Amino acid sequence: MDELIEILKDLHSDVDFNTCTTLIDDKILDSFDIVSIVSEVDDRFDVTIPAKELVPENFNSAKALWELITRLQED
Amino acid sequence: MRNVLEYLDKTASAYPSKIAFRDEKTALTFGQLDLMSRRAGSALLRDGISREPVAVYMSKTPAQIAAFMAVLQAGCFYVPIDDEMPATRIRLIFENLKPRAVIFGEDTEENASKFAGDATVYSWESISRGEEDAEALTKLRSSMIDTDPAYIMYTSGSTGIPKGVAVCHRSLIDYIESFCEVMRFDEDTVFGSQTPFYFDASLKDIYPTIKLGCETVIIPHTLFMFPVKLVEFLNEYKINTLCWVVSALTMISAFGAFDEVMPQYLKLVGFGGEVFPIKQYKRWKKALPDVRYINLYGPTETTGVSMYYEVDRDFEKDDVIPLGRPFENVDIFLLDENDKLSDEGEICMRGTCVTLGYYQDKERTSEAFVQNPLNDRYPEIIYRTGDIARRNERGELVFVSRKDFQIKHMGHRVELGEIEADVNSIKGVSSSCAVYLKKKDRIELYYEGGPEEAEMLSYLKEKLPRYMVPTKTHKLTAMPLTPNGKIDRKGLTQLSEG
Repeated sequence: MDELIEILKDLHSDVDFNTCTTLIDDKILDSFDIVSIVSEVDDRFDVTIPAKELVPENFNSAKALWELITRLQED
Repeated sequence: MRNVLEYLDKTASAYPSKIAFRDEKTALTFGQLDLMSRRAGSALLRDGISREPVAVYMSKTPAQIAAFMAVLQAGCFYVPIDDEMPATRIRLIFENLKPRAVIFGEDTEENASKFAGDATVYSWESISRGEEDAEALTKLRSSMIDTDPAYIMYTSGSTGIPKGVAVCHRSLIDYIESFCEVMRFDEDTVFGSQTPFYFDASLKDIYPTIKLGCETVIIPHTLFMFPVKLVEFLNEYKINTLCWVVSALTMISAFGAFDEVMPQYLKLVGFGGEVFPIKQYKRWKKALPDVRYINLYGPTETTGVSMYYEVDRDFEKDDVIPLGRPFENVDIFLLDENDKLSDEGEICMRGTCVTLGYYQDKERTSEAFVQNPLNDRYPEIIYRTGDIARRNERGELVFVSRKDFQIKHMGHRVELGEIEADVNSIKGVSSSCAVYLKKKDRIELYYEGGPEEAEMLSYLKEKLPRYMVPTKTHKLTAMPLTPNGKIDRKGLTQLSEG
Protein backbone atom coordinates (compact mmCIF):
# COMPACT_ATOMS: atom_id res chain seq x y z
CA MET A 1 0.00 0.00 0.00
CA ASP A 2 2.84 2.42 0.86
CA GLU A 3 4.39 1.88 -2.52
CA LEU A 4 1.08 2.62 -4.21
CA ILE A 5 0.68 5.82 -2.18
CA GLU A 6 4.15 6.77 -3.35
CA ILE A 7 3.12 6.34 -7.00
CA LEU A 8 0.06 8.50 -6.40
CA LYS A 9 2.05 11.12 -4.47
CA ASP A 10 4.35 11.38 -7.46
CA LEU A 11 1.35 12.50 -9.51
CA HIS A 12 -0.30 14.77 -6.97
CA SER A 13 1.95 15.59 -4.03
CA ASP A 14 -0.72 17.88 -2.60
CA VAL A 15 -3.40 15.21 -2.06
CA ASP A 16 -3.86 13.07 1.05
CA PHE A 17 -4.33 9.69 -0.57
CA ASN A 18 -4.81 7.92 2.77
CA THR A 19 -8.13 9.62 3.34
CA CYS A 20 -9.46 10.84 0.00
CA THR A 21 -12.29 8.72 -1.42
CA THR A 22 -13.39 10.99 -4.26
CA LEU A 23 -10.35 10.94 -6.53
CA ILE A 24 -12.49 10.51 -9.63
CA ASP A 25 -15.71 12.18 -8.49
CA ASP A 26 -13.85 15.37 -7.60
CA LYS A 27 -11.76 15.24 -10.79
CA ILE A 28 -8.49 14.96 -8.87
CA LEU A 29 -7.31 12.19 -11.18
CA ASP A 30 -7.64 12.71 -14.91
CA SER A 31 -7.01 10.51 -17.92
CA PHE A 32 -3.29 11.34 -17.91
CA ASP A 33 -3.06 10.07 -14.33
CA ILE A 34 -4.96 6.88 -15.08
CA VAL A 35 -2.61 6.08 -17.95
CA SER A 36 0.40 6.72 -15.68
CA ILE A 37 -1.05 4.68 -12.82
CA VAL A 38 -1.85 1.69 -15.03
CA SER A 39 1.68 1.64 -16.42
CA GLU A 40 3.37 2.21 -13.03
CA VAL A 41 1.28 -0.54 -11.41
CA ASP A 42 2.33 -2.84 -14.24
CA ASP A 43 6.01 -1.92 -13.73
CA ARG A 44 6.16 -2.15 -9.95
CA PHE A 45 3.63 -4.83 -9.04
CA ASP A 46 3.66 -6.80 -12.28
CA VAL A 47 -0.11 -6.50 -12.44
CA THR A 48 -1.97 -5.68 -15.64
CA ILE A 49 -5.23 -3.92 -14.91
CA PRO A 50 -7.72 -5.24 -17.49
CA ALA A 51 -10.12 -2.91 -19.30
CA LYS A 52 -13.16 -4.14 -17.39
CA GLU A 53 -11.56 -3.06 -14.11
CA LEU A 54 -11.00 0.49 -15.39
CA VAL A 55 -14.10 1.90 -13.72
CA PRO A 56 -14.48 4.92 -11.42
CA GLU A 57 -15.14 2.75 -8.34
CA ASN A 58 -11.68 1.20 -8.52
CA PHE A 59 -9.90 4.55 -8.70
CA ASN A 60 -11.84 6.71 -6.28
CA SER A 61 -9.49 5.96 -3.39
CA ALA A 62 -6.02 4.52 -2.87
CA LYS A 63 -7.67 1.80 -0.75
CA ALA A 64 -9.98 0.71 -3.58
CA LEU A 65 -7.09 0.68 -6.00
CA TRP A 66 -4.96 -1.33 -3.58
CA GLU A 67 -7.76 -3.86 -3.14
CA LEU A 68 -7.95 -4.19 -6.91
CA ILE A 69 -4.20 -4.80 -7.15
CA THR A 70 -4.20 -7.46 -4.43
CA ARG A 71 -7.25 -9.14 -5.97
CA LEU A 72 -5.52 -9.23 -9.36
CA GLN A 73 -2.30 -10.55 -7.79
CA GLU A 74 -4.22 -13.44 -6.24
CA ASP A 75 -5.93 -14.43 -9.50
CA MET B 1 -19.95 31.55 -50.43
CA ARG B 2 -18.44 34.23 -48.21
CA ASN B 3 -19.42 33.41 -44.64
CA VAL B 4 -19.53 30.11 -42.74
CA LEU B 5 -22.94 31.11 -41.39
CA GLU B 6 -24.33 30.31 -44.83
CA TYR B 7 -23.98 26.64 -43.82
CA LEU B 8 -26.23 27.30 -40.85
CA ASP B 9 -28.71 29.35 -42.89
CA LYS B 10 -29.23 26.35 -45.17
CA THR B 11 -29.38 23.55 -42.61
CA ALA B 12 -31.61 25.57 -40.28
CA SER B 13 -34.20 25.88 -43.03
CA ALA B 14 -33.75 22.32 -44.35
CA TYR B 15 -33.68 20.48 -40.99
CA PRO B 16 -35.09 22.90 -38.38
CA SER B 17 -36.10 20.23 -35.86
CA LYS B 18 -33.20 17.82 -36.34
CA ILE B 19 -30.70 17.60 -33.49
CA ALA B 20 -27.37 19.17 -34.36
CA PHE B 21 -25.37 19.02 -31.13
CA ARG B 22 -26.02 17.12 -27.95
CA ASP B 23 -24.33 16.07 -24.77
CA GLU B 24 -25.58 13.89 -21.91
CA LYS B 25 -27.88 16.57 -20.59
CA THR B 26 -28.79 18.98 -23.38
CA ALA B 27 -29.42 19.10 -27.11
CA LEU B 28 -29.87 21.83 -29.71
CA THR B 29 -31.63 21.49 -33.04
CA PHE B 30 -30.47 23.36 -36.14
CA GLY B 31 -33.48 25.64 -35.72
CA GLN B 32 -32.57 26.47 -32.12
CA LEU B 33 -28.93 26.95 -33.02
CA ASP B 34 -29.95 29.48 -35.65
CA LEU B 35 -32.52 31.29 -33.53
CA MET B 36 -30.37 31.54 -30.40
CA SER B 37 -27.35 32.69 -32.36
CA ARG B 38 -29.38 35.38 -34.12
CA ARG B 39 -30.86 36.62 -30.85
CA ALA B 40 -27.55 36.72 -29.03
CA GLY B 41 -25.78 38.16 -32.07
CA SER B 42 -28.35 40.96 -32.13
CA ALA B 43 -27.63 41.71 -28.47
CA LEU B 44 -23.93 42.14 -29.21
CA LEU B 45 -24.66 44.34 -32.22
CA ARG B 46 -27.00 46.55 -30.20
CA ASP B 47 -24.09 47.26 -27.85
CA GLY B 48 -21.88 48.18 -30.77
CA ILE B 49 -19.80 45.00 -30.50
CA SER B 50 -18.83 44.25 -34.08
CA ARG B 51 -15.74 43.21 -36.05
CA GLU B 52 -13.73 42.44 -32.94
CA PRO B 53 -12.81 39.41 -30.84
CA VAL B 54 -15.38 38.04 -28.40
CA ALA B 55 -14.23 35.54 -25.78
CA VAL B 56 -16.67 32.67 -25.31
CA TYR B 57 -15.91 31.45 -21.82
CA MET B 58 -18.21 28.45 -21.39
CA SER B 59 -18.06 24.73 -20.69
CA LYS B 60 -17.93 22.36 -23.64
CA THR B 61 -21.67 22.13 -24.37
CA PRO B 62 -24.02 22.53 -27.35
CA ALA B 63 -24.70 26.04 -26.03
CA GLN B 64 -21.06 26.99 -26.50
CA ILE B 65 -21.34 26.22 -30.21
CA ALA B 66 -24.48 28.37 -30.41
CA ALA B 67 -22.47 31.14 -28.76
CA PHE B 68 -19.73 30.79 -31.39
CA MET B 69 -22.39 31.22 -34.07
CA ALA B 70 -23.79 34.24 -32.22
CA VAL B 71 -20.39 35.91 -32.30
CA LEU B 72 -20.23 35.29 -36.05
CA GLN B 73 -23.75 36.71 -36.47
CA ALA B 74 -22.45 39.96 -34.99
CA GLY B 75 -19.62 39.99 -37.51
CA CYS B 76 -17.11 39.28 -34.76
CA PHE B 77 -14.63 36.45 -34.31
CA TYR B 78 -14.93 34.02 -31.42
CA VAL B 79 -12.23 32.91 -29.02
CA PRO B 80 -13.04 29.70 -27.13
CA ILE B 81 -12.06 29.73 -23.45
CA ASP B 82 -12.82 26.89 -21.09
CA ASP B 83 -12.43 26.34 -17.34
CA GLU B 84 -10.23 23.35 -18.10
CA MET B 85 -7.50 25.70 -19.31
CA PRO B 86 -5.09 26.66 -16.53
CA ALA B 87 -5.58 30.09 -15.00
CA THR B 88 -2.22 31.46 -16.14
CA ARG B 89 -2.95 30.60 -19.74
CA ILE B 90 -6.37 32.22 -19.60
CA ARG B 91 -4.84 35.36 -18.11
CA LEU B 92 -2.19 35.53 -20.85
CA ILE B 93 -4.84 35.03 -23.53
CA PHE B 94 -6.92 37.88 -22.13
CA GLU B 95 -3.81 40.09 -21.99
CA ASN B 96 -3.10 39.46 -25.67
CA LEU B 97 -6.71 39.59 -26.82
CA LYS B 98 -8.02 42.55 -24.79
CA PRO B 99 -11.63 41.72 -25.69
CA ARG B 100 -14.41 44.22 -25.07
CA ALA B 101 -16.98 41.44 -24.74
CA VAL B 102 -17.01 38.10 -22.95
CA ILE B 103 -19.86 35.58 -23.04
CA PHE B 104 -20.21 33.25 -20.06
CA GLY B 105 -22.36 30.18 -19.37
CA GLU B 106 -24.29 29.18 -16.27
CA ASP B 107 -21.26 27.60 -14.57
CA THR B 108 -18.52 30.00 -15.64
CA GLU B 109 -19.85 33.39 -14.52
CA GLU B 110 -17.49 33.83 -11.59
CA ASN B 111 -14.28 32.99 -13.45
CA ALA B 112 -15.26 34.79 -16.63
CA SER B 113 -15.95 37.97 -14.66
CA LYS B 114 -12.65 37.61 -12.84
CA PHE B 115 -10.62 37.52 -16.07
CA ALA B 116 -12.77 39.92 -18.06
CA GLY B 117 -11.37 43.07 -16.46
CA ASP B 118 -13.02 46.07 -18.09
CA ALA B 119 -14.81 43.98 -20.71
CA THR B 120 -18.58 43.72 -20.71
CA VAL B 121 -19.72 40.25 -19.66
CA TYR B 122 -22.80 38.73 -21.25
CA SER B 123 -24.82 35.87 -19.82
CA TRP B 124 -25.54 33.35 -22.57
CA GLU B 125 -28.76 32.41 -20.81
CA SER B 126 -30.05 35.93 -21.14
CA ILE B 127 -28.76 37.12 -24.53
CA SER B 128 -29.83 33.90 -26.29
CA ARG B 129 -33.42 34.67 -25.24
CA GLY B 130 -33.41 38.31 -26.23
CA GLU B 131 -34.98 40.05 -29.16
CA GLU B 132 -33.75 39.32 -32.69
CA ASP B 133 -32.95 42.27 -34.90
CA ALA B 134 -33.16 40.65 -38.32
CA GLU B 135 -32.58 43.86 -40.22
CA ALA B 136 -29.35 44.69 -38.38
CA LEU B 137 -28.06 41.13 -38.85
CA THR B 138 -28.75 41.16 -42.58
CA LYS B 139 -27.17 44.55 -43.03
CA LEU B 140 -24.09 43.51 -41.11
CA ARG B 141 -23.77 40.25 -43.02
CA SER B 142 -23.89 41.93 -46.40
CA SER B 143 -21.02 44.19 -45.40
CA MET B 144 -18.71 41.31 -44.53
CA ILE B 145 -16.08 39.78 -46.78
CA ASP B 146 -14.58 36.31 -46.77
CA THR B 147 -11.19 37.44 -45.48
CA ASP B 148 -12.74 38.73 -42.24
CA PRO B 149 -11.65 36.62 -39.27
CA ALA B 150 -14.01 33.94 -37.93
CA TYR B 151 -12.13 32.72 -34.85
CA ILE B 152 -8.87 32.79 -32.94
CA MET B 153 -7.40 29.62 -31.45
CA TYR B 154 -4.48 29.86 -29.04
CA THR B 155 -1.52 27.49 -29.29
CA SER B 156 1.67 26.96 -27.31
CA GLY B 157 4.50 29.44 -27.78
CA SER B 158 8.15 28.75 -26.95
CA THR B 159 8.47 31.87 -24.78
CA GLY B 160 5.60 30.81 -22.53
CA ILE B 161 3.18 33.28 -24.13
CA PRO B 162 0.46 31.54 -26.14
CA LYS B 163 -0.02 32.59 -29.78
CA GLY B 164 -3.49 33.41 -31.09
CA VAL B 165 -3.96 32.06 -34.60
CA ALA B 166 -6.52 34.22 -36.42
CA VAL B 167 -8.44 32.45 -39.18
CA CYS B 168 -10.75 33.97 -41.79
CA HIS B 169 -14.03 32.66 -43.19
CA ARG B 170 -12.48 31.84 -46.55
CA SER B 171 -9.82 29.54 -45.07
CA LEU B 172 -12.39 27.80 -42.91
CA ILE B 173 -14.85 27.29 -45.79
CA ASP B 174 -12.09 26.01 -48.10
CA TYR B 175 -11.01 23.53 -45.42
CA ILE B 176 -14.48 22.26 -44.57
CA GLU B 177 -15.40 21.77 -48.25
CA SER B 178 -12.29 19.66 -48.94
CA PHE B 179 -12.50 17.83 -45.65
CA CYS B 180 -16.13 16.75 -46.15
CA GLU B 181 -15.33 15.55 -49.64
CA VAL B 182 -12.31 13.48 -48.60
CA MET B 183 -14.03 11.98 -45.57
CA ARG B 184 -17.34 11.41 -47.41
CA PHE B 185 -19.45 12.55 -44.46
CA ASP B 186 -23.20 12.73 -45.07
CA GLU B 187 -26.40 13.64 -43.24
CA ASP B 188 -26.30 10.29 -41.39
CA THR B 189 -22.88 10.95 -39.90
CA VAL B 190 -22.84 10.98 -36.09
CA PHE B 191 -19.62 12.42 -34.68
CA GLY B 192 -18.32 11.64 -31.23
CA SER B 193 -16.60 14.85 -30.18
CA GLN B 194 -13.43 14.28 -28.17
CA THR B 195 -11.24 17.39 -28.41
CA PRO B 196 -11.84 20.58 -26.42
CA PHE B 197 -13.42 23.38 -28.44
CA TYR B 198 -10.37 25.58 -27.82
CA PHE B 199 -8.35 23.33 -30.14
CA ASP B 200 -8.79 23.55 -33.90
CA ALA B 201 -9.25 19.75 -33.98
CA SER B 202 -12.83 20.42 -32.86
CA LEU B 203 -13.58 22.11 -36.20
CA LYS B 204 -13.65 18.62 -37.73
CA ASP B 205 -16.88 17.82 -35.90
CA ILE B 206 -18.51 21.23 -35.60
CA TYR B 207 -18.49 22.53 -39.16
CA PRO B 208 -19.29 19.37 -41.13
CA THR B 209 -22.27 18.99 -38.76
CA ILE B 210 -23.48 22.48 -39.58
CA LYS B 211 -22.77 22.13 -43.30
CA LEU B 212 -24.38 18.71 -43.79
CA GLY B 213 -27.12 18.73 -41.19
CA CYS B 214 -25.72 15.70 -39.36
CA GLU B 215 -25.11 15.26 -35.63
CA THR B 216 -22.32 15.69 -33.09
CA VAL B 217 -22.45 14.07 -29.67
CA ILE B 218 -20.16 15.63 -27.07
CA ILE B 219 -18.50 12.83 -25.12
CA PRO B 220 -18.03 13.51 -21.38
CA HIS B 221 -14.38 14.19 -20.68
CA THR B 222 -14.17 11.70 -17.82
CA LEU B 223 -15.04 8.77 -20.08
CA PHE B 224 -11.59 9.03 -21.63
CA MET B 225 -10.30 7.43 -18.44
CA PHE B 226 -12.59 4.42 -18.69
CA PRO B 227 -12.30 2.73 -22.10
CA VAL B 228 -15.08 0.16 -21.70
CA LYS B 229 -17.54 2.83 -20.60
CA LEU B 230 -16.36 4.99 -23.47
CA VAL B 231 -17.13 2.31 -26.06
CA GLU B 232 -20.50 1.69 -24.40
CA PHE B 233 -21.21 5.40 -24.77
CA LEU B 234 -20.34 5.27 -28.49
CA ASN B 235 -22.83 2.45 -28.89
CA GLU B 236 -25.54 4.09 -26.82
CA TYR B 237 -25.48 7.22 -29.01
CA LYS B 238 -24.90 5.26 -32.24
CA ILE B 239 -21.75 7.22 -32.96
CA ASN B 240 -20.32 6.19 -36.34
CA THR B 241 -17.51 8.68 -36.91
CA LEU B 242 -14.50 9.59 -34.77
CA CYS B 243 -12.01 12.35 -35.50
CA TRP B 244 -9.80 11.95 -32.44
CA VAL B 245 -6.26 12.52 -31.33
CA VAL B 246 -4.24 9.33 -31.43
CA SER B 247 -3.83 9.07 -27.65
CA ALA B 248 -7.61 8.83 -27.19
CA LEU B 249 -7.78 5.97 -29.69
CA THR B 250 -4.83 4.11 -28.21
CA MET B 251 -6.38 4.42 -24.77
CA ILE B 252 -9.14 2.09 -26.01
CA SER B 253 -6.88 -0.40 -27.80
CA ALA B 254 -3.95 -0.45 -25.34
CA PHE B 255 -6.19 -1.24 -22.37
CA GLY B 256 -7.79 -4.15 -24.20
CA ALA B 257 -11.29 -2.64 -24.27
CA PHE B 258 -12.06 -4.58 -27.46
CA ASP B 259 -11.95 -7.81 -25.40
CA GLU B 260 -14.92 -6.54 -23.44
CA VAL B 261 -17.06 -4.54 -25.84
CA MET B 262 -17.01 -3.63 -29.54
CA PRO B 263 -18.07 -0.35 -31.12
CA GLN B 264 -21.14 -1.37 -33.13
CA TYR B 265 -21.73 1.56 -35.44
CA LEU B 266 -18.27 2.83 -36.35
CA LYS B 267 -17.60 3.43 -40.03
CA LEU B 268 -14.86 6.01 -40.06
CA VAL B 269 -11.91 6.83 -37.83
CA GLY B 270 -9.88 9.96 -38.53
CA PHE B 271 -6.80 10.30 -36.38
CA GLY B 272 -4.23 13.02 -35.92
CA GLY B 273 -2.24 15.10 -33.51
CA GLU B 274 0.62 12.63 -33.44
CA VAL B 275 1.93 9.48 -35.10
CA PHE B 276 -0.34 6.45 -34.60
CA PRO B 277 1.84 3.65 -33.13
CA ILE B 278 1.61 0.74 -35.58
CA LYS B 279 0.94 -1.79 -32.82
CA GLN B 280 -2.14 0.13 -31.70
CA TYR B 281 -3.30 0.81 -35.23
CA LYS B 282 -3.14 -2.93 -35.94
CA ARG B 283 -5.32 -3.65 -32.91
CA TRP B 284 -7.96 -1.28 -34.25
CA LYS B 285 -7.73 -2.71 -37.74
CA LYS B 286 -8.02 -6.26 -36.41
CA ALA B 287 -10.99 -5.44 -34.19
CA LEU B 288 -12.78 -3.32 -36.80
CA PRO B 289 -11.52 -4.34 -40.25
CA ASP B 290 -14.29 -2.63 -42.24
CA VAL B 291 -13.79 0.83 -40.78
CA ARG B 292 -12.02 3.44 -42.95
CA TYR B 293 -8.90 4.78 -41.21
CA ILE B 294 -7.62 8.17 -42.26
CA ASN B 295 -4.53 9.96 -41.01
CA LEU B 296 -5.14 13.72 -40.73
CA TYR B 297 -2.33 16.22 -40.53
CA GLY B 298 -2.14 19.97 -40.35
CA PRO B 299 -1.20 22.73 -37.92
CA THR B 300 -3.59 25.31 -36.46
CA GLU B 301 -1.76 27.94 -38.55
CA THR B 302 -3.09 26.37 -41.75
CA THR B 303 -6.71 25.99 -40.56
CA GLY B 304 -6.65 22.47 -39.24
CA VAL B 305 -6.18 19.54 -41.55
CA SER B 306 -4.23 20.14 -44.75
CA MET B 307 -3.09 16.61 -45.61
CA TYR B 308 -4.63 13.18 -45.38
CA TYR B 309 -3.80 9.58 -45.96
CA GLU B 310 -6.44 6.87 -46.10
CA VAL B 311 -4.76 3.69 -44.89
CA ASP B 312 -4.85 1.40 -47.90
CA ARG B 313 -2.18 -1.18 -47.17
CA ASP B 314 -0.57 -3.20 -44.37
CA PHE B 315 2.21 -1.76 -42.27
CA GLU B 316 5.06 -3.52 -40.53
CA LYS B 317 6.06 -2.91 -36.94
CA ASP B 318 8.73 -0.32 -37.75
CA ASP B 319 6.78 1.55 -40.43
CA VAL B 320 5.28 4.99 -40.01
CA ILE B 321 1.80 5.69 -41.38
CA PRO B 322 2.34 8.43 -44.02
CA LEU B 323 0.91 11.94 -43.81
CA GLY B 324 -0.17 11.35 -47.38
CA ARG B 325 -1.12 14.11 -49.75
CA PRO B 326 -2.55 17.61 -49.55
CA PHE B 327 -6.20 18.57 -49.80
CA GLU B 328 -7.34 20.24 -52.97
CA ASN B 329 -6.20 23.84 -53.21
CA VAL B 330 -3.30 23.27 -50.79
CA ASP B 331 0.30 23.12 -51.98
CA ILE B 332 2.80 21.40 -49.72
CA PHE B 333 6.53 21.32 -50.34
CA LEU B 334 9.69 20.51 -48.42
CA LEU B 335 12.51 23.04 -48.02
CA ASP B 336 16.03 22.09 -46.94
CA GLU B 337 18.21 24.30 -44.72
CA ASN B 338 19.17 26.40 -47.76
CA ASP B 339 15.50 26.97 -48.62
CA LYS B 340 15.78 24.80 -51.71
CA LEU B 341 13.18 22.20 -52.72
CA SER B 342 14.11 18.81 -51.33
CA ASP B 343 12.82 15.30 -50.68
CA GLU B 344 13.52 15.77 -47.01
CA GLY B 345 13.03 19.05 -45.21
CA GLU B 346 10.65 21.41 -43.46
CA ILE B 347 6.99 21.10 -44.45
CA CYS B 348 5.88 24.40 -45.98
CA MET B 349 2.36 25.26 -47.09
CA ARG B 350 0.90 27.60 -49.64
CA GLY B 351 -2.70 28.42 -50.34
CA THR B 352 -6.02 29.56 -48.90
CA CYS B 353 -5.33 27.37 -45.86
CA VAL B 354 -2.60 29.78 -44.69
CA THR B 355 -4.23 31.74 -41.88
CA LEU B 356 -4.06 35.45 -41.10
CA GLY B 357 -1.22 35.05 -38.58
CA TYR B 358 -0.84 35.51 -34.83
CA TYR B 359 -3.17 38.08 -33.30
CA GLN B 360 -1.43 41.23 -32.10
CA ASP B 361 1.95 39.62 -32.52
CA LYS B 362 3.81 40.94 -35.56
CA GLU B 363 7.14 39.56 -34.50
CA ARG B 364 6.20 35.93 -34.16
CA THR B 365 3.94 36.15 -37.20
CA SER B 366 6.83 37.29 -39.38
CA GLU B 367 8.98 34.35 -38.23
CA ALA B 368 6.59 31.64 -39.41
CA PHE B 369 4.44 33.35 -42.05
CA VAL B 370 7.03 34.33 -44.64
CA GLN B 371 7.45 35.23 -48.28
CA ASN B 372 7.78 32.05 -50.35
CA PRO B 373 11.56 31.72 -50.78
CA LEU B 374 10.96 30.09 -54.17
CA ASN B 375 9.13 33.16 -55.47
CA ASP B 376 10.68 36.63 -55.73
CA ARG B 377 8.26 37.92 -58.36
CA TYR B 378 5.20 38.90 -56.26
CA PRO B 379 4.09 38.77 -52.62
CA GLU B 380 3.16 35.24 -51.58
CA ILE B 381 2.97 34.22 -47.93
CA ILE B 382 3.66 30.63 -46.97
CA TYR B 383 3.57 28.99 -43.54
CA ARG B 384 6.65 27.17 -42.25
CA THR B 385 5.42 24.38 -39.99
CA GLY B 386 8.70 23.52 -38.26
CA ASP B 387 7.89 19.85 -38.94
CA ILE B 388 10.45 17.84 -40.88
CA ALA B 389 9.17 15.25 -43.36
CA ARG B 390 10.55 13.14 -46.20
CA ARG B 391 9.04 11.85 -49.40
CA ASN B 392 8.87 8.05 -49.56
CA GLU B 393 9.24 5.88 -52.68
CA ARG B 394 5.49 6.21 -53.32
CA GLY B 395 5.68 9.98 -53.31
CA GLU B 396 3.83 10.27 -49.97
CA LEU B 397 5.13 12.50 -47.22
CA VAL B 398 6.21 10.83 -43.98
CA PHE B 399 6.73 12.69 -40.70
CA VAL B 400 10.34 12.63 -39.46
CA SER B 401 10.71 15.01 -36.50
CA ARG B 402 10.40 18.57 -35.25
CA LYS B 403 12.91 21.21 -36.21
CA ASP B 404 12.95 22.79 -32.76
CA PHE B 405 12.12 21.61 -29.26
CA GLN B 406 8.43 21.41 -29.90
CA ILE B 407 7.06 17.95 -29.23
CA LYS B 408 3.73 16.19 -29.43
CA HIS B 409 2.52 14.84 -26.13
CA MET B 410 -0.87 13.22 -25.66
CA GLY B 411 -1.95 14.78 -28.94
CA HIS B 412 -1.03 18.33 -27.93
CA ARG B 413 1.67 20.61 -29.25
CA VAL B 414 4.11 21.32 -26.48
CA GLU B 415 7.11 23.62 -26.61
CA LEU B 416 9.64 22.32 -24.11
CA GLY B 417 10.90 25.90 -23.99
CA GLU B 418 7.54 27.07 -22.67
CA ILE B 419 7.84 24.72 -19.69
CA GLU B 420 11.42 25.86 -19.10
CA ALA B 421 10.44 29.52 -19.32
CA ASP B 422 7.89 28.97 -16.56
CA VAL B 423 10.33 27.05 -14.38
CA ASN B 424 13.08 29.62 -14.87
CA SER B 425 10.76 32.36 -13.67
CA ILE B 426 10.47 30.70 -10.25
CA LYS B 427 12.46 32.33 -7.47
CA GLY B 428 15.74 30.51 -6.83
CA VAL B 429 15.79 28.48 -10.04
CA SER B 430 18.96 29.16 -11.98
CA SER B 431 18.39 26.87 -14.94
CA SER B 432 16.14 24.12 -16.16
CA CYS B 433 15.75 21.58 -18.93
CA ALA B 434 12.57 19.75 -19.90
CA VAL B 435 13.18 16.51 -21.76
CA TYR B 436 10.77 14.39 -23.73
CA LEU B 437 10.99 10.61 -23.57
CA LYS B 438 9.56 9.44 -26.82
CA LYS B 439 9.23 5.75 -25.94
CA LYS B 440 7.38 6.36 -22.71
CA ASP B 441 5.58 9.44 -24.10
CA ARG B 442 6.36 11.49 -21.02
CA ILE B 443 8.00 14.76 -20.07
CA GLU B 444 10.52 15.02 -17.24
CA LEU B 445 12.04 18.15 -15.80
CA TYR B 446 15.57 18.83 -14.52
CA TYR B 447 16.30 22.04 -12.67
CA GLU B 448 18.86 23.72 -10.49
CA GLY B 449 17.98 25.72 -7.36
CA GLY B 450 14.54 26.77 -6.17
CA PRO B 451 11.78 24.69 -4.56
CA GLU B 452 11.94 21.00 -3.69
CA GLU B 453 10.65 18.45 -6.20
CA ALA B 454 7.14 17.92 -4.78
CA GLU B 455 6.59 21.65 -4.35
CA MET B 456 7.83 22.26 -7.90
CA LEU B 457 5.34 19.75 -9.23
CA SER B 458 2.34 21.27 -7.50
CA TYR B 459 3.44 24.71 -8.65
CA LEU B 460 3.66 23.58 -12.28
CA LYS B 461 0.24 21.98 -12.06
CA GLU B 462 -1.20 25.37 -11.16
CA LYS B 463 0.62 27.13 -13.92
CA LEU B 464 0.68 24.82 -16.93
CA PRO B 465 -1.98 22.97 -18.91
CA ARG B 466 -2.22 19.39 -17.68
CA TYR B 467 -0.59 17.90 -20.78
CA MET B 468 2.49 20.06 -20.23
CA VAL B 469 3.09 19.08 -16.62
CA PRO B 470 6.18 16.85 -16.34
CA THR B 471 5.60 13.34 -14.99
CA LYS B 472 8.72 13.66 -12.83
CA THR B 473 10.83 16.54 -11.57
CA HIS B 474 14.52 16.16 -10.68
CA LYS B 475 16.31 18.80 -8.65
CA LEU B 476 20.02 18.88 -9.43
CA THR B 477 22.88 20.57 -7.60
CA ALA B 478 24.39 21.44 -10.96
CA MET B 479 23.19 21.17 -14.55
CA PRO B 480 25.34 18.98 -16.78
CA LEU B 481 26.77 21.04 -19.63
CA THR B 482 28.07 20.17 -23.07
CA PRO B 483 31.62 21.19 -24.09
CA ASN B 484 30.06 24.31 -25.65
CA GLY B 485 28.61 25.30 -22.31
CA LYS B 486 25.01 24.52 -23.24
CA ILE B 487 22.73 22.39 -21.09
CA ASP B 488 23.33 18.76 -22.03
CA ARG B 489 19.80 18.03 -23.19
CA LYS B 490 20.78 14.77 -24.84
CA GLY B 491 22.58 13.51 -21.75
CA LEU B 492 19.63 14.32 -19.51
CA THR B 493 17.26 12.62 -21.93
CA GLN B 494 19.41 9.49 -21.82
CA LEU B 495 19.54 9.68 -18.03
CA SER B 496 15.74 9.69 -17.87
CA GLU B 497 15.43 6.92 -20.40
CA GLY B 498 17.59 4.81 -18.04
